[in-house]
Amino acid sequence: MPQPTTSIAIQTDRLTRSFGSFVAVKALNLVVQSGEVFGLLGPNGAGKTTTIKMLTTMLPPSSGSAKVAGHDVTTDSVGVRKRMGYVSQMISADGALTGFENLLLFARIYGVPKAERQKRIDDALHFMGLTDARDKLVRAYSGGMIRRLEIAQSMLHRPQVLFLDEPTIGLDPAARHQVRDRLKELRRSFGTTILVTTHDMEEAEDLCDRIAIMKSGVIAAEGSPEELKRQAGTNSMDEVFIHFAGEFSDATNYQDVARARKTARRLG
Amino acid sequence: MTQPTTRMSPAPGKPRAAWAERFSPAIFLRDTGAIVATELVKLRRDPSEILTRSIQPALWLLVFGQVFGRLHAVPTGRLDYFSFLAPGILAQSVLFIAIFFGISVIWERDLGILQKLLASPAPRGALVLGKAVSAGMRALAQGVIVYVMAFAMHIQLNWSPAAIAGVVLAVMLGAAIFSTFSLMIACLVKSRERFMGIGQVLTMPLFFASNAIYPIAIMPDWLKVVAHLNPLSYQVDLLRALMVEGGATIFGIGTDIAVLTGTLFVLIVVTSKLYPSIVR
Repeated sequence: MPQPTTSIAIQTDRLTRSFGSFVAVKALNLVVQSGEVFGLLGPNGAGKTTTIKMLTTMLPPSSGSAKVAGHDVTTDSVGVRKRMGYVSQMISADGALTGFENLLLFARIYGVPKAERQKRIDDALHFMGLTDARDKLVRAYSGGMIRRLEIAQSMLHRPQVLFLDEPTIGLDPAARHQVRDRLKELRRSFGTTILVTTHDMEEAEDLCDRIAIMKSGVIAAEGSPEELKRQAGTNSMDEVFIHFAGEFSDATNYQDVARARKTARRLG
Repeated sequence: MTQPTTRMSPAPGKPRAAWAERFSPAIFLRDTGAIVATELVKLRRDPSEILTRSIQPALWLLVFGQVFGRLHAVPTGRLDYFSFLAPGILAQSVLFIAIFFGISVIWERDLGILQKLLASPAPRGALVLGKAVSAGMRALAQGVIVYVMAFAMHIQLNWSPAAIAGVVLAVMLGAAIFSTFSLMIACLVKSRERFMGIGQVLTMPLFFASNAIYPIAIMPDWLKVVAHLNPLSYQVDLLRALMVEGGATIFGIGTDIAVLTGTLFVLIVVTSKLYPSIVR
């Protein structure tokens, strides 16, 4: 097993992104250590996805900076992309290709040497429990299988940092459990740093070493699940969430989100 | 699984290495090839679109060509109207398919496939060129269809290997140009509905403001200017010189290829700059 290095995997410095007049992420300072599983939580519109998009170089920051695996997301985005894996919210893979063919494309563009590709792909499929589905078209896969295929794909090039945006959203409980189990195993085997967003507080507690709860673009609380429970004076993670993020029923808040989404689409 | 082998230690502040990473021609070609290979797998699996593509050129050649040929209204020099028309219809059928190519990228964006490609270190230009080349390969099917029809209509085709190679190049360049143009528009409009509208609006002007079905010489002056700016004219000119016996070029084969290659290069550069914006 590789030794988890004690360096910093993700670091942001006053990272900010605004859409028009709406500030989605405000001067975010975040440090994630190598080998950590870090949860980014918060209500819809808190800025989680915008943060992930900036960290994965998909969206340029309005101001501030961020480093992933030691590389700056703005000045060396290719360096970041080489060293990260990304699984987006959408459960997706190319349905017209088999699981193997989907992975082959990514093994190629991530520069996995030709002699190693076959083995690396088969290992990844095996690791994710997809060996039997290797040569089936992905359009015949279930949601949970596609999600596992996506995680297999994101691990082909052995990224130092893996970003997962709501990895278990839209999956049934069994598939959810399986994905979570594989993520834990992945961290154990490879020491990969994982940054995950989720709405599921039980999942956050189960997976994450540390959690940051975002609210309106800033971090409202940060710490291990135990620390957060202590701070909130409760035993329930759901109450921790409500304590720090507040219940999401505020009408003005909703309009903010709707406007932000609309602006994001228009600018985007 | 084995231990990570490609794991690299964080190397803070190495701008020169990053620069080299970005402009490696070997990586550019490798990634272009990966995209093309994947698209070919999909095409081989579902070749039905090749058949549907044959309908339009058949209509133009058999119906439009038959009627217009009888008029003897278009001065086509040494060529009869059918021989004049066939290269134009080949170019047109390639254009009409390629101009809607961009919708595939909006589709891939909505499915979340594009996001993964953009999150990879693959150069954006390679992603775009890979798409363009695969559009070019798909278009070759139309070349075969138009050749079969032209042969059946007793059009005198030029079967010399050099001429055929030139036709392959012209078809692929044309398809690559208009599919990249289409990708560029998709990056700008971002939604399927708006894209379809614009696609419809663009095809006819590109077609009529070209030498596809009549020579530039008979156009009014203002249209001559537009036709000279239209890449389709150069593609048709190249095809007309190579595809049929006795065909001649107006601009010169070298000029045709230079204009087409240059246009493709500019489109690839612009589109690869715009490409990431489609997922934001």
